[in-house]
Amino acid sequence: MVEIRWHGRGGQGAVTSVEMFALAAIEEGKFAQGFPSFGPERRGAPVAAFNRVDKKRIKVRSGIYQPDVVVVLDPSLMGTINVIDGLKPWGILIVNTAESPDKVRKQTGFKGIIATVDAAHIAREELGVPITNTTMLGALMRATKLVKMESAEAPLKERFGRLAPRNVKAMTRAYNELKISKAA
Amino acid sequence: MSKRIGMEIAIAAAEAVALCRPEVIAAYPITPNTHVPEHLSDIVAEGRLDAEFICVESEHSALSACCGASGAGARTFTATSSQGLAYMSEIVPIVPAMRLPVVMIIGNRALSGPINIWNDQSDIMYQRDAGWISMFANNGQEVVDMAIQAFKIAEHKDVMLPVNLNLDGFQLTHVVEPMEMPDQKEVDAFLPPFKPLASLHPDNIVSMGTLGLPDIYNEACKARDEVLKKSRKVILEVWKEWKQKFGRSYEPVEGYKTKDAEIVLLTLGSMGETAEVAVDEMRKKGVKAGLIRLRLWRPFPFEEIRKAVKGAKVLVVLDRAVSYGGPGGPVFSEVRSALYDQPEKPFVMNQIIGLGGRDVPVVDFVKIVEKAQKALKTKPMDDYEIYGVRGS
Repeated sequence: MVEIRWHGRGGQGAVTSVEMFALAAIEEGKFAQGFPSFGPERRGAPVAAFNRVDKKRIKVRSGIYQPDVVVVLDPSLMGTINVIDGLKPWGILIVNTAESPDKVRKQTGFKGIIATVDAAHIAREELGVPITNTTMLGALMRATKLVKMESAEAPLKERFGRLAPRNVKAMTRAYNELKISKAA
Repeated sequence: MSKRIGMEIAIAAAEAVALCRPEVIAAYPITPNTHVPEHLSDIVAEGRLDAEFICVESEHSALSACCGASGAGARTFTATSSQGLAYMSEIVPIVPAMRLPVVMIIGNRALSGPINIWNDQSDIMYQRDAGWISMFANNGQEVVDMAIQAFKIAEHKDVMLPVNLNLDGFQLTHVVEPMEMPDQKEVDAFLPPFKPLASLHPDNIVSMGTLGLPDIYNEACKARDEVLKKSRKVILEVWKEWKQKFGRSYEPVEGYKTKDAEIVLLTLGSMGETAEVAVDEMRKKGVKAGLIRLRLWRPFPFEEIRKAVKGAKVLVVLDRAVSYGGPGGPVFSEVRSALYDQPEKPFVMNQIIGLGGRDVPVVDFVKIVEKAQKALKTKPMDDYEIYGVRGS
């Protein structure tokens, strides 16, 4: 089982991210959960959302404290909260930032795999808004190889309708433009 | 043909209810069940379901409207949580008293105060004695299945009682996961249209919800108790038919690795799934642990509980509500009462967990099994404990 924690700010669509990622995994016949950090969230405040993905039925229904993967939607969170809290040392940290993985390594001290992509820039170009939730799906898929990108197309179409192709393009760009640094 | 889908469980619950073709839905939104009526109102607005969706101004009105609609012979549905259910409570016991087969989904949430929107089961326990059939789902699949079963049970001519289906708020309502969703043809074949025994109609005047003077009130209460107990037979029949048609099995009490278990956990609702993982972990360490999941809360399955705990040395009842100043949690109280006059019975201890959204990860269930191991040697001083309380 792979456990993923997403960090964003209220309004940035972290909940949509986990929903789309879970639906993409389920589309492939896998088992998955997607859920928010339960409770009322305020726009702009740090929020978290979670995924579990497995080949067999998932029974655990508690929060995730030792994720295998952390995805950061908003780089301004890096100085506010400890995004690698509980992240397994051999895990993967994926950050939306224009900075290099090495810079993030210095900033966080994380020794596992680090991947970065300027998702805000991609989202601004492709979607016209700096909302990176669907863009970062591409980064997660490339870094983890858990789910194929095609599998997210149907859920994105269902959710975004005529805006879906733009989201798919943003996701694909993030997949291609992701910079990955191996574990230190 | 059933279809494997990924969906938020609350939305899936609404889809399952829509497959039952309810004719009247009256509900007021409240976290965490909101998506259930919200999505149903979408389905009605899209024209996928021909139902009257009554946007009421409160939960008290929601259940009142349901009473009227069900009395008029409509298949009727509502959904609520916590304070919403509490606000309905004046009407809650009237529905079974009038023998109205309303189906209600409760996204379980703590009662205020302190104000709290997160999960526990204090809302339904507060309504425990009202006379509804009451059952709990462990996961999304069970929510879908049991929502459909609920109408068939409620509307059976030997039952004619309301059913509440409980799903833990957030822990279930807000989780996206895979489920098998039956199709309309399958549900139509399983669930015939509602045929009321009597209904309100201007051409055929009847009175419902009349005054019961002291010379009849006793008998009315007895009748209500009897019919609720007898509904058990229909519940079992409906579950048997479900197994035949859909292949998924439902029992009032379900055991997991209980056969040779010395220590048995007993859960109600979604914690039963996480507890299973803890039981597996303890088994790997050589501890003879097992698990009993209670599905049917009312009518309470006394016989099945007695059978399920046979051979166990310590039974740990896990409650998600407190009966303040009472004997511990409400499930504990029932289970211990079920075992009281048994010649051989396990030592029964009570851990109250997960109140107001306090997370209960696998490691906590493991720690609870370890407490039970200690109880094998030395029985604890207190009957019950609110697990994990800081400063105690």
